[in-house]
Amino acid sequence: MSELLTALAIGAAFGFALERAGLGDPNKLSGQFYLRDFTVFKVMMTAIVTAMLGLFWLGRLGVVPLGALYVPETFLLPQAVGGLIFGAGFVLCGLCPGTSCVAAASGRIDGLAVVIGLFAGIVAAGVAFPLYAEFYNATPLGVLTLPRLTGLPYGAAVAAITLMALAAFAIIDRFARER
Amino acid sequence: MRPYAAPYLAGIGLGCVLIACFVLTGQGLGASGAFAEAASAVAPVANPWFEAYRNDGPPQTAWIVWEVAGIVLGGAISAWLAGRFRFQVARGPSLAVTPRLFAALIGGAVMGLGAVLARGCTSGQALSGGALLSTSSWVFMLAAFAGGFAAAPLVRRLWS
Repeated sequence: MSELLTALAIGAAFGFALERAGLGDPNKLSGQFYLRDFTVFKVMMTAIVTAMLGLFWLGRLGVVPLGALYVPETFLLPQAVGGLIFGAGFVLCGLCPGTSCVAAASGRIDGLAVVIGLFAGIVAAGVAFPLYAEFYNATPLGVLTLPRLTGLPYGAAVAAITLMALAAFAIIDRFARER
Repeated sequence: MRPYAAPYLAGIGLGCVLIACFVLTGQGLGASGAFAEAASAVAPVANPWFEAYRNDGPPQTAWIVWEVAGIVLGGAISAWLAGRFRFQVARGPSLAVTPRLFAALIGGAVMGLGAVLARGCTSGQALSGGALLSTSSWVFMLAAFAGGFAAAPLVRRLWS
């Protein structure tokens, strides 16, 4: 039970942060794909870099056993195709699964429509699963991190991604004309 | 109505929530997984994809379902505290209500298929796996942005 209350509390903090960032607003999210609002990229990248650095140092200091943390398995082809389809759906509805919940929770009826569509789509994809089961399991690479893929040490990969993110932020803040 | 937080500040906050989630539970955040749990509970079909979720037990005892209930709760509290809670159909400046709701339903469904194929969404795959440098996550993120940018000119009417 306490495990489920922890889940509720963590989810609440997650939803709170998303709403604070303005990510319950589909005009803000879709604006990313027309290069007039970079909130999605900035918030996502900052969160990833923050968590990446935090977990790296917690692991290095021996506070968190990184090997015990859940890393999703890589299935290269279905994940690339799934990502393309996901992105197209994202710009069509202006929200992603987590942010559609925030949109609905802040009174947006369109957010509720995305939640309903998402649920229907997942039911349909689940029912149709035997039709594409082979593709779903194609190109399995197991748990594959970028350091293992590239041969870079973990710390070097973390540093490289941090520097790339900072460079991207600098370029966006210098050149992008946000409206 | 208060303005939204600065993106970098909100991102650091979100990153800290993600760290806390990993430290407390050993796993990252998620969203589409809760929909998959609910789908597996109602779909009158047996196949390996549904069974994988059914093996976790009923959705009301699934971690991710409670976490997503939390997202709704936290989103509502934040919006309410900031005076941003308002019943509305948010949409592009030149779009009517009906086509907006239609695009929301269809877009949501398309995204659902994508999340099933990718084994996660922007929360579980991109954010959580991304922070642990999973190749799956970075491939998904690049592909999702590519798909979004490729589709955007086709649906410009929705958002401008």
